[in-house]
Formats: sequence, C-alpha cells, structure tokens
Amino acid sequence: MPADTSIQNAAPVGVGPGKRSWWSAKSELGPLDYARRWWMKLFLGVMFAMLYAPIFTLMMFSFNDSKRNVVWKGFTFKYYIKAWNNDSLFLAFTNSLTIAVLSTILSTIIGGMVALTLWRFRFPGKPAYEGFMALPIVVPEICMGVAMLVFFARIGWPAGMPWPLNLSAITIAHVAFSFPFVAVVVRARMSGFNRELEEAAKDLGASEWQTFRDVILPFMKPGLIAGALLAFTLSLDDFVITFFTSGPDTVTFPVKVYSMVRFSVTPEVNAASTLLIVITVIATALAMKIQSPDKGPAH
Amino acid sequence: MVLENWKTNRFVFWVMSLPGTFWLVVFFLAPLSLVWILSFGEKTGILTIDITWTFDNYIRSFEAVYLKVIWKSIWISFLATVLCLIIAYPISIAISFAPNKWKPILLLAVILPFWINLLIRTYALIAVLRTRGYVNFTLEWFWDSANAILAFIGLGSFQLLGAEFDALPLLYNDFAVIAGLVYVFMPFMVLPLYANVEKLDKSYLEASLDLGAGHWRTLRSVVIPLTMPGIISGVILVFIPALGTFLIPDLLGGTNAQMIGNVIERQFKAANDWPFGSALSFLLMYVTFGALALRALLSREGGGMDV
Repeated sequence: MPADTSIQNAAPVGVGPGKRSWWSAKSELGPLDYARRWWMKLFLGVMFAMLYAPIFTLMMFSFNDSKRNVVWKGFTFKYYIKAWNNDSLFLAFTNSLTIAVLSTILSTIIGGMVALTLWRFRFPGKPAYEGFMALPIVVPEICMGVAMLVFFARIGWPAGMPWPLNLSAITIAHVAFSFPFVAVVVRARMSGFNRELEEAAKDLGASEWQTFRDVILPFMKPGLIAGALLAFTLSLDDFVITFFTSGPDTVTFPVKVYSMVRFSVTPEVNAASTLLIVITVIATALAMKIQSPDKGPAH
Repeated sequence: MVLENWKTNRFVFWVMSLPGTFWLVVFFLAPLSLVWILSFGEKTGILTIDITWTFDNYIRSFEAVYLKVIWKSIWISFLATVLCLIIAYPISIAISFAPNKWKPILLLAVILPFWINLLIRTYALIAVLRTRGYVNFTLEWFWDSANAILAFIGLGSFQLLGAEFDALPLLYNDFAVIAGLVYVFMPFMVLPLYANVEKLDKSYLEASLDLGAGHWRTLRSVVIPLTMPGIISGVILVFIPALGTFLIPDLLGGTNAQMIGNVIERQFKAANDWPFGSALSFLLMYVTFGALALRALLSREGGGMDV
C-alpha cells in the first residue's frame, strides 16, 4: 500500500476527548485497545474455552474410573493398561509407528532433494514444476484417498504380503502427500543460505559431494529435522487417505480408533487418543522450535 | 541471487530432481489419472469396469438425488464458513490488538488444535454433544437445580419445567455437522484474517474514529474493506475442505446428514460403483481448483495476499 505513509502523517495520532463510545466512557482505554475491553476478553475467553473444552474433557476422562464417561468417579490408569493390552489396538499402533517412521525417512530424503533442486537450479517450466509439487497439498483428501484405493487395487500389490511389506501401500501414499510439505519447509530454510559459501567451497577444490556434505547439509539440518517431524505427524495423523488405502490386515491407529468410535464412546478410546495427542503435539512443538530462526540451532 | 542453470550441471540436476518427480508421477499423478479414466467407464459386472468414454457418470451426478446432496454439501459448507467468519473475525481483531507479548501465545492457542488428529477432535465433540454428553448433562444439572429451587419455594408440584428433562438432540443431525465443521476448520479462518488485520495500518482506524465515525461504522467501512483479501482467503480455505469433508458428517451427521464426501466414500466401499464415485471425485476436484483459481485471481487484483 503506497498511500500508507502520507495518510499516517496526515492523520493525528490518538483521538481527542469526547469521541468515546458509551462502553468505554468510564475507562482510560484508548479507542483502539479492543483487546483490553471486557467484552472482547470475555469473547476470547469463551471461544478458547469452546475450542479446548472438548479436548481437555477427552483427556481428563481417559483417567476417569467410570465406564459412562460423564461423571468423574476418581483417578485411574486402568484404561491405559486396557488399551495397551488390547491386541488389535496395539497392532494398529505398531503399524502406525512403522508407517510413520518409514514415510518420514523417505519423505525427508525426497523432499530435501526437491527443495535443493528448486533452490539451486533454474530450468524451463520451473513454475509449472513447483505447482506440480504443491498439488498433493491442495487436492481434496478424499480424492487422493480414492485414487490410492483404485491404484493399489489395479496393480494388485501389496495385498496379502507378510507384515512389514503389506504396509507399503499406505507408506507410499503417505510419502506422496508428506514430501511436498517437507520440500516447502526445507526450501524456506535454504532461502537463508549464503550461496557464496558454496562457491567458496568449490573454489577451494571441494567436489560436488564434499560441498553438499560439509557446507550445505549442516545448514539444511534444522530444516530437515523440522520437515521430518512434520512428515511424522502428518503420517501418524492421517485418517482419510489411510482409510481408503488400508485393508483388513493393515489397520492403522486412526483407522482403528475410527471403528471403535463408530461402535461406542469408551474411556479406552480416550486413553488411546490422549496418547496420540501427546505424541503429535510434542513432535510438532519440537518441529516449530527447531524451525524458528531465533531459537533453533541456526548454524 | 542468480540461480544456476540446470544445463551447467545436468547430472546433479537429474539426480536431485528425479526421485521427487518419479514419486509424484507414479504414486500421485498415475492414481489420479486412473480415477479420471474410470470416471468415463461403465460398470459391467461386480468387478469389471469397461472404459467406454461415456459421460453417463457425470450426467448421473446431476440427477435429483445427487443434486440434492451436492446442494446440501454446498449449503452446509457455506453456513459453516459464514459462522467461522463471524467468530474468527473478532478473534483475529482481538489478537491483533493484544499486547505484543500476548500475540504469539494467543496465536499458538488458535493453531494448537490443528496438531491434534482430526478424528480425535471429532470424537471429542461426540462426547460433548451426544444425548448423555457434557452439554446435556450440564443442562440437566441446571434443570434439576431449577426444579429444586421451584420445589423449595413451593412450586414443585406444578411441574413448570415439564415432567422430566428432555435432552437436546445435538448429535446426528445437520446442526452437529455444522458445529463440527466450525470447530475443526476455525484456525484456517483465523490465520489469514489475523495476517491481514495485523498488516492493517492502525492510523486508518484512528482517522476514521477521529472524523466522527463510531466503532461499528469504522469496522464496516474501513476495517472490513481493507481486510477483504484475508476474508476471501479464509473463506476459500474453510469452504474447500469443508465441502470435501467425509469424516465429520460420517461421525456427527445422521443418516440424512450426508455430504458429497460420504457419497463418494459409499461408491468406493459399500455401493461398489467406482466409475460413478470417480466422476463425483473429479467434480469435487474441479470445484476445488476453480476456487483456488478464483483466489489466485483475486489476490492478483487485490495486490498481495500472503496467506
């Protein structure tokens, strides 16, 4: 907005007396201190309460010693133990973690390479290529889900294979929607890189690989870690795409919770959900901390 | 900053770009193309589909039954978007005018639910809204207390509040779906709005107030027009995922609260009519891309829309 400065100079800063509205008449609030008005505070308070109340009650009632989930009857860990001893839930959790780890490794490598390509090179059709790389981010989840269902049904693989291999369809799908996110995060990190360092390294005789390993990679690392944690969370959290890709013997944690939720609301589901909330929130908090330029190990 | 021409180092260029391109072409573009081809197919048996390049599936999408579902999806998503806007606008203004040390905390508080699994957030709402849920439980407590007070002052025998507490039907209807959509997609609305309100030159507001306009008038004629890019961004960011949602109506909606996502899911699972489901998916995709193109177009005209 180019007109900003002129208007800013022309308008007197601060408002004279007598212009106050009825609700601020008796306070010393400035006219723009909206956030300090009681009704605004009340509104914010109510909104945040509504945003968090369901989640907090869910977490709280996972410790509730009552099956009915409505009245607090006392503290207990028994639903955690029950969830832990529930074989199908435990298998689903193992599946989810296995998929998340594999998908994270692949997404981080592929996403990092894509980010480096886009950061380093100019080539014909680059805007189109960038748009193509962002496509999995914007396509509706359900469309991608059914596409995966059709694709893996068509090639008839990996249905019926032994344990870690039967998860490969879900892993492949997760990589497909995770690595573009990793690429975005890593590229944002690389935009702060001083290219002269790379040139200096090459001038001093370092090979392509040595430059990458000793100069670029150390700088990339926070971006890679943040991207990896993001990919991990995305994979662990995904329901819609996994729901269409998973078969009866490849149930992941969210898919399992879904079938349990459809059946009934139980404290066991609360316990399992609380566990997942804690894992993802910690992973994302770590990612944000590493990613933020002032706090992360920058250089 | 001059980027390296890919021709100067073809080997490195290919090595670095190939895995991503390969993955996206084989495991994303190919599956989507398969769905696209299927959408022109015909179901000839339980498991056989002939690709006859017919438009029947698309024509069928415009039959009254499905048109109604599409219309309902649009209507529900629209209502949820408007509600999100009405609630998110004051939130973003409040955050933007909050003291600087509070801003990151408030923003974080808005984003945090994002990190929590969509399924779990929806599930949390079920526990709140169901007949024996916390809302009805609280209401019943109020009802009991009110009854006790009435009994105490000697009016207990008249049953002024009805013979017994009627739980509100909050779950398994359109209300629950809209509440769920608003609850889940709210952060999508707050973030672009906040980015725009924050960018807004506050001296415009001071000038407007100074020149005699009230707070309401200032909001209407100054703040809202100037934050229009944020409003458009937020509306599109909420409307698109709301339109394609499948989980929320599935868990919170009743049998009649079906949206287009549920119909697509049914075609691929229970109804086993892949060609028709494919056509519906692609219609949804076209609408999504149309909305995104609209957003890009508006942002170009409006000159800069960051979020």
